Amino acid sequence: MASLISDTEPPTTSTTTDLVRRKKKRSSVSSAASSRTSAASVSCESHTRWRSEKQQRIYSAKLIQALQQVRLNNSSAEATSSPTAQKRGRAVREAADRALAVSARGRTLWSRAILANRIKLKFRKQKRPRATTAIPVTTTVVSSSNRSRKRRVSVLRLNKKSIPSVNRKVRVLGRLVPGCGKQSVPVILEEATDYIQALEMQVRAMNSLAQLLSSYGSAPPPI
Amino acid sequence: MSNRRSRQSSSASRISDDQIIDLVSKLRQFLPEIRERRRSDKVSATKVLQETCNYIRRLHREVDNLSDRLSQLLESVDEDSPEAAVIRSLLM
Repeated sequence: MASLISDTEPPTTSTTTDLVRRKKKRSSVSSAASSRTSAASVSCESHTRWRSEKQQRIYSAKLIQALQQVRLNNSSAEATSSPTAQKRGRAVREAADRALAVSARGRTLWSRAILANRIKLKFRKQKRPRATTAIPVTTTVVSSSNRSRKRRVSVLRLNKKSIPSVNRKVRVLGRLVPGCGKQSVPVILEEATDYIQALEMQVRAMNSLAQLLSSYGSAPPPI
Repeated sequence: MSNRRSRQSSSASRISDDQIIDLVSKLRQFLPEIRERRRSDKVSATKVLQETCNYIRRLHREVDNLSDRLSQLLESVDEDSPEAAVIRSLLM
């Protein structure tokens, strides 16, 4: 139990202020663009980023905040018509994804796509806010120079026969990663590598939050 | 590295197979299904990509289920209850 609580404890004060700042940013149309500045400093952060406890704490804090917002919206909507359980689930899902994207700090295409999608919904009437959010930096998250030590590849070499099927699979993959539908093969692969880890972290954080909440529920927790 | 990777040219210039293999084998490390296998066990890139798609779908489902669960839990949280206090305290 104690470990659970510490898992979801808000991080440092600096991140709290950062969180507030982010929130402000998000409410402006230019949020996708504003992340550009921080994007430049990316690539050195390794792939362990999503696996760190700190990252999970940051995400949990953002998630809880987002969920509170959902709750507020729900209860205000309840006056008129109470949303269906399905809708509420979807609202939580969207909040969780947005929090995840914010935690990614606009470093990756997938996270910017999630945030941009929300902006599109919010300002549907306006023209598309980001004509070319094609931010030429980042995503090269995994630039090969980071891994100076030559890793032995654990994948069979491509041959003429396998290339078409590889390309097909990459296309499918590109549709699963937000914002990667029309990207090039290396970009899709790099984004997918980052996205998987972010999703894993999201699942971990949501799981421990659910456990935390249910342990406070009326029913005693199952042993 | 930068010229090889720049996005604008990525569609025009052929990316090398080596580069793809490199990225795919990196991806492989994060797939529970095939991560456990021995390194010497080479798998095909197609297999890795298929597993990646499956895994992302699985994670999406998990997030969906957890979202439903969390929304139910939040629904049951009473504003004056201890869990509401916990949530508030987490935000402080």
